[in-house]
Amino acid sequence: MSLLRAEGLSKEFGGVRALEGLDFEIQPGAVFSIIGPNGAGKTTLLNLLTGIYRPSAGRLWLDGRALSAHAPHEFAAAGIGRTFQNLQIFFNMSALENVMAGRHLHERCSLVAALLRAPRQARAERACRERAAELLAFVGLEAYARAAADAMPYGALKRLEIARALATQPRLLLLDEPAAGLNPSEIRDIDRLIQRLAQSGITVALVEHNMKLVMGVSQHVLVLDHGRKLAEGDTETVRNDPRVIEAYLGAGEH
Amino acid sequence: MLALIAAVALLPLALANNYHYEIAILVGLNAIVCVGLNLLIGYAGQISLGHAGFFGIGAYGSAILAARYGWPPVLALAAASAAAAALAYAVGRPILRLRGHYLAMATLGLGIIISIVIATEDRYTGGPDGMSVPPLALAGFALAGERAWYWLVGALLVATVWLSLNLIESPIGRALRALHGSEVAAEVVGIDSARHKLLAFVLSAAIAALAGALTAHYAGFITPGKVTFLHSIELVVMVVFGGMASTFGAVVGAAVLTALPQLLTVFKEYEMVVFGGVMMLTMIFMPKGLVPTLAALRSRFGKAP
Repeated sequence: MSLLRAEGLSKEFGGVRALEGLDFEIQPGAVFSIIGPNGAGKTTLLNLLTGIYRPSAGRLWLDGRALSAHAPHEFAAAGIGRTFQNLQIFFNMSALENVMAGRHLHERCSLVAALLRAPRQARAERACRERAAELLAFVGLEAYARAAADAMPYGALKRLEIARALATQPRLLLLDEPAAGLNPSEIRDIDRLIQRLAQSGITVALVEHNMKLVMGVSQHVLVLDHGRKLAEGDTETVRNDPRVIEAYLGAGEH
Repeated sequence: MLALIAAVALLPLALANNYHYEIAILVGLNAIVCVGLNLLIGYAGQISLGHAGFFGIGAYGSAILAARYGWPPVLALAAASAAAAALAYAVGRPILRLRGHYLAMATLGLGIIISIVIATEDRYTGGPDGMSVPPLALAGFALAGERAWYWLVGALLVATVWLSLNLIESPIGRALRALHGSEVAAEVVGIDSARHKLLAFVLSAAIAALAGALTAHYAGFITPGKVTFLHSIELVVMVVFGGMASTFGAVVGAAVLTALPQLLTVFKEYEMVVFGGVMMLTMIFMPKGLVPTLAALRSRFGKAP
């Protein structure tokens, strides 16, 4: 059974159709990539899958059940985590606190316990801190644990977003252009990180322009163009699809 | 925290007369309001230009219940704070959807409405003439004298700061800071931003009302002057001056801006000009506020060889 299924997903912005009747399924444990030229509707799709936009039409199923979430925080509670193409870091906090905030869903505490710092609450706080430090180490940022987020380099912030999203313990992790703006060595790190995520059983949906990265890590690729599905299949199928070559990859790149 | 306790405990050694005590008590009461307001403005990043209104509900609510209906002052004080919290909850749900300037306008409107109601409902509030308020009493013992009030307000300030620091270092406090940093990112990690904004708004309103009620019982007389738009602005200025997202900053901001006008009386009619000048220079040279700027300076010199 698919982890996520979309049927007839559409989004209009005042008459402009950003996505039109999109059907697809994301299988569990796989890396599912979404590619397409600028303006194809990739980020719009991620915004629909995280509740930031409401679809104009269409439905979503998670694990075979209709997704009834409305607000973005309900999508997060349903198990969908994400990162952002244009960084959305909590710049008023340290790297560690960013990840600790990511554990919000798993750190419920009452107002009274928080105000009085009850012993149980203090213990939970220490455990949360340790768990967040482990996640920072997982993405290779252990050196930045105490650093203020606004003092960190761009490449580290990209990975901090991934650590924060992992802290929500998502079943489906949406990565919006994790390699954009990174140098080749940082891209290799992201490549390895995505492979490790997939091995640990997290389903990854990747939006990315870097074709080498996409073709290397993906099991399944969905190609969008002008808000519609242009092609879909494994990397080999997509790579050899003449429509994809024409619309997106271009003669020079292939 | 220890520094604050020490400051509260040792300050009486420097207080020569009742007038000094009076200023210290007013500093403490303003500081309590500012620590609460800082949760909303400094940590959650939501502006309110109407908190003098909640202060007024606390002050007049407690005064009316105690003076006109004969409630025990402690009960009146608690009821007035609860009423302010209930109003903040009811009004906060719709208006906290607004952002930035729009939220500022909405809270400004709320503050002005409360201030007008208090000034015109003279049957209950005495109107512009104000009304007298019975002293705070518990089980027959009236709290009288500047010294007794000093210790009560000092203890409450320490308690408020302690609770606020605990809250900030909890999942709830992190959620407040997160939605200040990026509301969309806070939502996608599962933080219900509307709920947390409302929590900060209600909490800060209840604390403002509590301090308002205490101020009324301490002064023994209350006028609508303390409920005006100008007082709301003063409270915001104290938070910003001391340093946003700094609990001790809120205390220092309240202390400096409550005590400074008293010291500036030597400038007579130019008092407000000097006061305004101090504000402008602070914001130009210390945009992060007093306490965060000093803390940054200290850590920089600490690192130097």
